[in-house]
Amino acid sequence: MSFWKFSNPNNFMTLSEKILPIISVSTILTLTTGLYWGFFLTPEDYQQGNSVKIIFLHVPSALIAINTWFVMLVSSIIWLIRRHHVSALIAKAAAPIGITMTIIAIITGMIWGQQMWGTYWAWDPRLTSFFLLLMFYIGYQTLWSAVEKPDSAAELTSILCVVGTVFAVLSRYAVNFWSQGLHQGASLSLDKEEHIHNAFSNPLYICMAGFILLFLTLVILRTRTEILKRKIFILLDHKGR
Amino acid sequence: MPELGQYAIPVLFAYSISLLLIAAITLVSYIQYKSVMRKLQKIEED
Amino acid sequence: MISILKRDILLSVRSGTGFSLSLSFFLLMIIFAPLAIGPDDLLLKKIAPGILWLSALLSCLLSIDHIFQSDFEDGSLEALIIAPIPLESTILIKTFAHWVTSGLLVALIAPLIGVLYNFDFNSLLWIFLSLLVGTPGLSMIGVFGASLTIGLKKGGLLLPVLIMPFYTPTLIFGSQTIMRAVDGLEVTSTFLLMAGITALVIALMPFAATKAVKASLK
Repeated sequence: MSFWKFSNPNNFMTLSEKILPIISVSTILTLTTGLYWGFFLTPEDYQQGNSVKIIFLHVPSALIAINTWFVMLVSSIIWLIRRHHVSALIAKAAAPIGITMTIIAIITGMIWGQQMWGTYWAWDPRLTSFFLLLMFYIGYQTLWSAVEKPDSAAELTSILCVVGTVFAVLSRYAVNFWSQGLHQGASLSLDKEEHIHNAFSNPLYICMAGFILLFLTLVILRTRTEILKRKIFILLDHKGR
Repeated sequence: MPELGQYAIPVLFAYSISLLLIAAITLVSYIQYKSVMRKLQKIEED
Repeated sequence: MISILKRDILLSVRSGTGFSLSLSFFLLMIIFAPLAIGPDDLLLKKIAPGILWLSALLSCLLSIDHIFQSDFEDGSLEALIIAPIPLESTILIKTFAHWVTSGLLVALIAPLIGVLYNFDFNSLLWIFLSLLVGTPGLSMIGVFGASLTIGLKKGGLLLPVLIMPFYTPTLIFGSQTIMRAVDGLEVTSTFLLMAGITALVIALMPFAATKAVKASLK
């Protein structure tokens, strides 16, 4: 019996029903621990003062923002190849989570940026790419809402996601070029590698784990909803005949 | 509350809006789940 | 195949009452940008490459909607799917027809606009070349977007919202090519990158668009 048995919606529902409580509790515990530790128990950074504490939200949300798209990509490919409805619905369920995380990443990035560079926005590659990512997400979400038949919607959005990924990657390079083309490496990157020493890295890792668990909780919950919605659609469709 | 000094407002704002958005997506997802469950039960009863 | 080409071009031309709608929109954008920004000559000259490219992009994108519409409505789209010519080829031909009545014309007119900005010959040349080679890519991506939205009634902006992010690489490399030409820098790198994207898109997107058309019609 392989992993694919969960492509059966009923198996997915049974398993997810058991897992969901455990995962949601883990999420709450991990997130609270990480954020509390990061917010209350870390010292000031000698350069950035306490504004560095935004990192505990900014980095994890950015991580999830990107990885959610990756999850959507894999799920879309699985739908295109194996036609498992659960797969398409996972992608559909994940999108709003990705949008929220991208928005959080952008807002926290802006606020942190204001403290560090004195400006809310800078057309640097990373911020611009995130803004673009948000647009890709919104397009994907919009297409799901616009197509009425679930199977066509699954197909079209999967194609959009796969092709979109190619262009998102190309855009990343293009935006890098665009922002540095004629200037020196004006990289205003909030790269965690540069500033972090141990006092910060541990709570940061916990926060990242917390966000990952949050993603899993939400995507499982939302996929359950989507599976039920599809069930309703099928039932109503049959009744109508 | 640690001595946030001059960064108090931005940091607090960042935290509150992030947590708010997280709470929002969680709540919305949960409410959608419940409402779809109810709808399904109604249909299956008919 | 030629008949499809002829038909599609005729359709585009007729829908614009004999003159290219894309071109008209392009010219409108060209005048509206300075209207919005103010007549500061230095500033306008600086942003002209961007304005040219944005205008080309929008005039392409906003005229793509109808590509499958009339075929969809009279049922001939389904006929095209089962026709002996592969749908991929049909889509390529439709893209070419669209480009001939939008991107090609824009590429030809843009250098003349450039003259109004007092660009030197090298800049004008690269205005022409970048648009000539970039706009087919824009048309192809647009047709892909149209294949995703056949028959959807969400109104005119659904297609642009879906597709504009896809225009990012072409837009960046295309406008950078013109800007570098204006500044006297080497343009081969950006031009080739942009050309590469057009080539990639024309080679591969018909397949994605075919899948989408078939999915839309199920």
